[in-house]
Amino acid sequence: MSEQSTATTPIAPDARPRLPHGVRLVHSEAQGGWVLLAPERVFKADPIAAEIVKRCTGESTFAAIVDDLAQAYAAPRERVLADVTVMLRGLADKKLLEL
Amino acid sequence: MASNGSSTLSRPLGLLAELTHRCPLGCPYCSNPLALEPREQELDAATWARVFYEAVALGVLQVHLSGGEPAARRDLVDITTAARVAGLYTNLITSGIGLTAKRLAELRNAGLDHVQVSIQDSNPKSADHIAGYDGAFTRKCELANEVVRLKLPLTVNAVMHRANIERIGEMVDLALLMGAGRVEIAHVQYYGWGLKNRAMLMPERAQVERAIATVEELRKRYQGRIVIDAVVPDYFARYPKPCVGGWGRRSLNVTPTGRVLPCHAAESIPGLEFWSVRERSLTDIWEYSPAFNAFRGTSWMKEPCASCARREQDFGGCRCQAFALLGDAAATDPVCHLSPHRAQVSALALVQDDAPYFYRRV
Repeated sequence: MSEQSTATTPIAPDARPRLPHGVRLVHSEAQGGWVLLAPERVFKADPIAAEIVKRCTGESTFAAIVDDLAQAYAAPRERVLADVTVMLRGLADKKLLEL
Repeated sequence: MASNGSSTLSRPLGLLAELTHRCPLGCPYCSNPLALEPREQELDAATWARVFYEAVALGVLQVHLSGGEPAARRDLVDITTAARVAGLYTNLITSGIGLTAKRLAELRNAGLDHVQVSIQDSNPKSADHIAGYDGAFTRKCELANEVVRLKLPLTVNAVMHRANIERIGEMVDLALLMGAGRVEIAHVQYYGWGLKNRAMLMPERAQVERAIATVEELRKRYQGRIVIDAVVPDYFARYPKPCVGGWGRRSLNVTPTGRVLPCHAAESIPGLEFWSVRERSLTDIWEYSPAFNAFRGTSWMKEPCASCARREQDFGGCRCQAFALLGDAAATDPVCHLSPHRAQVSALALVQDDAPYFYRRV
């Protein structure tokens, strides 16, 4: 079988991450925040995680998402790239994201 | 809010909607009660729609449309539509029997988010024997195929016990072949029909240990390809399961006739007063129903739970199990190694019988 990816394996700049069918990011007033809903699982998303996931529409490229977040949070691009890679790899491993 | 010993009452995340107790299969580990609720008394679709709105207002995010076999309801598409319109993530828990490709497509159009199909074994003959239904295995595979073709995410629920526990690897391979993104290794729990069939279902300790090791290997081998969820079967565990994430804390269950339970087996505990959605709102029931407040928080606990560091981690284990095994629903779940009655569970785990199953029949 192919080599397994790890949390820090780079994501191709032209990848277009998206939530698969069956995974939805919703805002719940009663629960007081953003939640990522998946088969039999619920993940509370902090505001930054929610901002990242909201951009995973299948239209924007990974590079564009990182650029956008670096700008929105006035953060060094390298740092954003590393953090977002780990987060999206983690979601993909749990089948919560398609890369 | 209710006076349950804590200042804020948590909000439930999940609602198990048992749409019907009718089911064509006869699985001997069915968790439905031995006294099944009749069709004539089932809630209608309009009432379910109201329940879903009340659930969302209460904080519920996901509804599990279950049973029995939910496809036995002719109005399943209407019910699913109502759940989705109310804003719920909708999960269909099905045996796969009685659900045609056409109706599955209608459910997808209604906004169904996810499908869970149970499998009884990787060996077709054994699978049909366990389900008590000839041809069940083939029909489940066909249904799973349709689910994947419609690009609906699929979870396979593989129910494990003595007759199939040696084939965990094959069952996970089958789930992968069926196109599942997730597989649940669900060791049989001994409630309802499962309790009645306990000796026929009970695996040996060596089998359980091999199963745990196999799951670890499979997780490594299939990382990123299929999510494998599994827990140690509790008769063989050191600590009890945190049953339903704590009584009246994370989830609720509505029976086919509208009774609201903290967990699907709660009616096995005598003396609890359950309220119905026919008479009250879900919020009212969540906050004030005597059954929900009976074991909420930690103030009901006895020793060794009351002073245990894990009391808000496993919540004393399972109330129904404490009652079923000890006759005392407020006792520490006897599977806990700290329970003075642990030896009783260990003894039960040694009782095996190859007699025919008591199949679940209405």
